[in-house]
Amino acid sequence: MAVEIYHEDFDPWALVARAEQAIPAHARGAASVFVGRMRDFNENEDVTGLFLEHYPGMTERELERIVAEAGARWPLLGCHVAHRVGDVRPGDALVLVATWSAHRVAARDACSDILERLKHEAPFWKRETLTDGTRRWVEKNTPGF
Amino acid sequence: MTVRVHYFARLREELGRSSEEAELPAGGTTVGGLWQQLHQGTPPERLMAAVNQEQAGLDTPVSDGDEVAYFPPVTGG
Repeated sequence: MAVEIYHEDFDPWALVARAEQAIPAHARGAASVFVGRMRDFNENEDVTGLFLEHYPGMTERELERIVAEAGARWPLLGCHVAHRVGDVRPGDALVLVATWSAHRVAARDACSDILERLKHEAPFWKRETLTDGTRRWVEKNTPGF
Repeated sequence: MTVRVHYFARLREELGRSSEEAELPAGGTTVGGLWQQLHQGTPPERLMAAVNQEQAGLDTPVSDGDEVAYFPPVTGG
């Protein structure tokens, strides 16, 4: 179980490959992976940049708590959560949630639960920069579809 | 009795500071009471808070040496 904060662009698939090596090959029947990236649009306006603020210390603790609670609820073999902070460019990875279990339902449900709780509970805030240079704080998460 | 208060995101920009020291009244206060003391008004709607880096509500007690944080609803992921 690992939680990481990145201040620079990171490769989520490299993290998944590395984390998977730590899980006993005979047991890992299922992996579920979510990768979120920065789009170049939001609310129909062009977004040229994104800044992600966090609360150093509390953010890591909240992510660890969310992962630990998922680990208590589902039989996980492993979990890797990574989140970007600082100045982000379109296409950069923002968030990775990867879970491993013996079976698909536990891996999939835990991945989904961790992601949704991260979005609603972990202290991160997004500020967008638009093409005309104006900046605005994102007021709430997108509904997810 | 002092506490360190942190502000984040839009709240930090609107208040023009990321943190400050606050003097507590004798007997301590609450998260909501401390906001009222520092900003002379009721807390804004949907204000979130933490005490010692754990989620807190407006009625969570605040005591000497605590780290208190106020922030808008979170938008990560």
